[in-house]
Amino acid sequence: MATGVVERVDLAALTDRLQEEWHTPRTLYGWFATVDHKEIGKRYLVTAFLFLLFGGLEAAAMRTQLARPESRLFSPEAYDQLFSMHGTTMMFWYASPVLSGFSNYLVPLLIGSRDMAFPRMNAFAYWAFLLSGLFVYASFLGGAAPHGGWFAYVPYTSVQYSPGLNMDFYALALLFLTISTTGGAVNFIVTIFKLRCPGMSVSRMPLMLWSTLTASVSMIFALPALTAALIFLELDRRFGTHFYEPTLGGSALLWQHLFWVFGHPWVYIVILPATGMASMMIPTFCRRPIVGHTYVALATVSTGIIGFGVWAHHMFATGMPELSATFFSAASMAVSIPSGMQVLAWLGTIWSARRHVFATPMLFMLGFIVLFVIGGISGVMTASVPFDLQATDSYFVVAHLHYVLVGINLFPALAAFYFWMPKMTGRMLSERLGKWNFWVLFTGVNLAFFPMHVAGLRGMPRRVYTYPAHMGWDGLNMVETIGAYVTVVGVLLFIINVVLSLRSGRRATSNPWGASSLEWSVSSPPPEYNFAVLPTVSGRDPLWEEYDSLSRPAAEHARNPAPTRIPASSELPDWRVLADGRETLDSTILDADPQGVLRLPSETLWPLGLALALTALFSALLFRSPVWTIAGTVATLAAVVGWLWPTQEFWT
Amino acid sequence: MAVANTGILDMSAAITGAGHDARGRPDAPREILSGPLSDSLSGPRSTGWWGMVWFAATEATLFACFIASYFFLLGDQENFGADGGQPISLIRPLIMTLLLLTSSATMWWGESGIKRGEVGRLRIGLAVTFALGTIFLLLQAGEYASSPIGPGTNAYGSLFFTITGFHGAHVALGLLMNLFVQLRARLGHFTATRHDAVTNISLYWHVVDGVWIAIFASLYLSPRLW
Repeated sequence: MATGVVERVDLAALTDRLQEEWHTPRTLYGWFATVDHKEIGKRYLVTAFLFLLFGGLEAAAMRTQLARPESRLFSPEAYDQLFSMHGTTMMFWYASPVLSGFSNYLVPLLIGSRDMAFPRMNAFAYWAFLLSGLFVYASFLGGAAPHGGWFAYVPYTSVQYSPGLNMDFYALALLFLTISTTGGAVNFIVTIFKLRCPGMSVSRMPLMLWSTLTASVSMIFALPALTAALIFLELDRRFGTHFYEPTLGGSALLWQHLFWVFGHPWVYIVILPATGMASMMIPTFCRRPIVGHTYVALATVSTGIIGFGVWAHHMFATGMPELSATFFSAASMAVSIPSGMQVLAWLGTIWSARRHVFATPMLFMLGFIVLFVIGGISGVMTASVPFDLQATDSYFVVAHLHYVLVGINLFPALAAFYFWMPKMTGRMLSERLGKWNFWVLFTGVNLAFFPMHVAGLRGMPRRVYTYPAHMGWDGLNMVETIGAYVTVVGVLLFIINVVLSLRSGRRATSNPWGASSLEWSVSSPPPEYNFAVLPTVSGRDPLWEEYDSLSRPAAEHARNPAPTRIPASSELPDWRVLADGRETLDSTILDADPQGVLRLPSETLWPLGLALALTALFSALLFRSPVWTIAGTVATLAAVVGWLWPTQEFWT
Repeated sequence: MAVANTGILDMSAAITGAGHDARGRPDAPREILSGPLSDSLSGPRSTGWWGMVWFAATEATLFACFIASYFFLLGDQENFGADGGQPISLIRPLIMTLLLLTSSATMWWGESGIKRGEVGRLRIGLAVTFALGTIFLLLQAGEYASSPIGPGTNAYGSLFFTITGFHGAHVALGLLMNLFVQLRARLGHFTATRHDAVTNISLYWHVVDGVWIAIFASLYLSPRLW
């Protein structure tokens, strides 16, 4: 039925038209109403980084207290709030959102699309993330910050032992954040399923898409357990129910089960997308496709799945049947198999590199592999029940979790900043300062966290606000504190580098690192419409096809002859570009065959309005105001209706 | 721009377009090579439908966590249940179950009407579904009023009222969606090819009904098994 009508328009006119369709006005309205995934991604990154600084300052304060024995800089209550807010901030408002930031910015570019599947939900997810973070930090104003640790065990957090607003801030802020995270996860899944450009079948998906997809699906099934735990907690605290009250049929262990059914998948949610970014960066600096692409993708997915079967290894010390303990111990050790596969693939890629490029992102990648292996080994140790019974709640566990989270989240995130910031800002970061940044941070992190293994094995419990002298912990703690300060200097070097780059960094070309994926095919920063002509890919490494036979084995060439390339020309056929409004391609899930044209919405204030209505609702719940609770509910529903009401050009 | 992109473009797959109506929407389906490329996808081919699938999945998981908590606390406790472990009467919950199952059927009937462009049938289906859902909620309120225990009596009461209460809230949300779509149907927004909203709220409604079956089996039927 193809009519074969080919109109020809010149490229300048085409890009002008697209620019007009996709332009977000540079006004106050445009700033609050934008739905551009690139703008939202950048906001996620900046906001998550600010929360990293908050959490880092809290850590620095704790390390200052712990530098010397018998220190009384902070009271026990203040110290409780510091470590609880440190953990809560880092786990919920930094580690996951920073990865969402990169995914938000990169996923549509990686798949050759013009935006996410649900641009307004994307904007809403950001506003709700920001406002829920402000909500939990508002607790400091009342001196009532959460003080039950990031996993908030009952009965300590039940109303008898924690009567203030502290844990209500925690529970309500997390419920609020959960809404944002769920929305974001749905958006990533549908975008990766349905918006891939023609030719990008499942087998050709870049590994970052696999890891983002795995983390998002995990969120869908993990977050409800947290939601249930928090709902039960708030009902117990506020409405006199007895979920966690053993004398009336409840159980304190119910909280632990629900929390960790969520909590352990969450650990993989905050590291898997980072490993996906590693699988994009390492091959670039080794000038070859990754070793074992398929196996890395499978390892990513299996890590996500096994992650749901290991939660009780956080609870060995609660006493459980030997059979259960054995099962969870074995499952926890099994996770090291897919993790090991990924490490082997990275090492194999580095081993068989055509050329080693030791740019700053690659240095961070090497540091990441070292820290990952150390954290992985202490993880296998604590997965063993007899060892765990000795090490649990000691500084050994603190050392393990920081090696894992700093190693597999912070280091890849910083590498990704060095790698993708030129794409986002159009300016390179300083390589010289970057190398200082890496070595100072790597030294600081190891000084801060390695001695914690020893302190833990010498019996130092976690979460103590101070400790007596002559326990054999004094010197170790001093070294850890010095390491923490060096880490702070490392982070400051990064901030200086970013500021200098924004002011006077070298201009970035469209593909400064010579990478292979689609985001590098457009200018730095990309135009608002991403791609003037929606791309079609015929391999895993589209930008390497012209000079790299490795990326497309000869067999595939024969089976699937390379498409005819258009010559460098200012003329492009009109029918290929989708420029009648904000449009992108909708394709099939497995083969990415084009199926339809998706119309996307333009700027709107409803996402911000809905996030504000929810802020009002959660504040009303916090202060137990029935009137405002009803008003907040009505406002929330009204915002949803306003959002969903179809405008004339956009209605189905 | 063109130079940077040259390496990755494949101009062999052609998407043909035709003219446009006053609203800027194409008035004829677009095509790629042999297959039509439409801008009014619905059902499993639309992004909105997939969004609802994952939203429903996460909601269903929440209820799975609730029900798992029930069985966890049930454990080997004596007398865990209403009225010292006596099973609840099944008559009212059975009627409620039948109401919801029927409402799923009427929702399906209405939806299959709009697939053929019959807006009237869609509106009747929505209205009957709305009425059945409302009666369900009224019966649930009656059940609460006649219950010998409350949410604060013991952990069983807390679970019973939380699980059924959250389900009731989901039914209420489904009724609001129903009203919203009813209004849009009245305004003539839906045609045989454009009715994504109908498909999506219908999916949500079926899932909420399915969740009720799980709740009914766990809270009402399973205590009779031991």
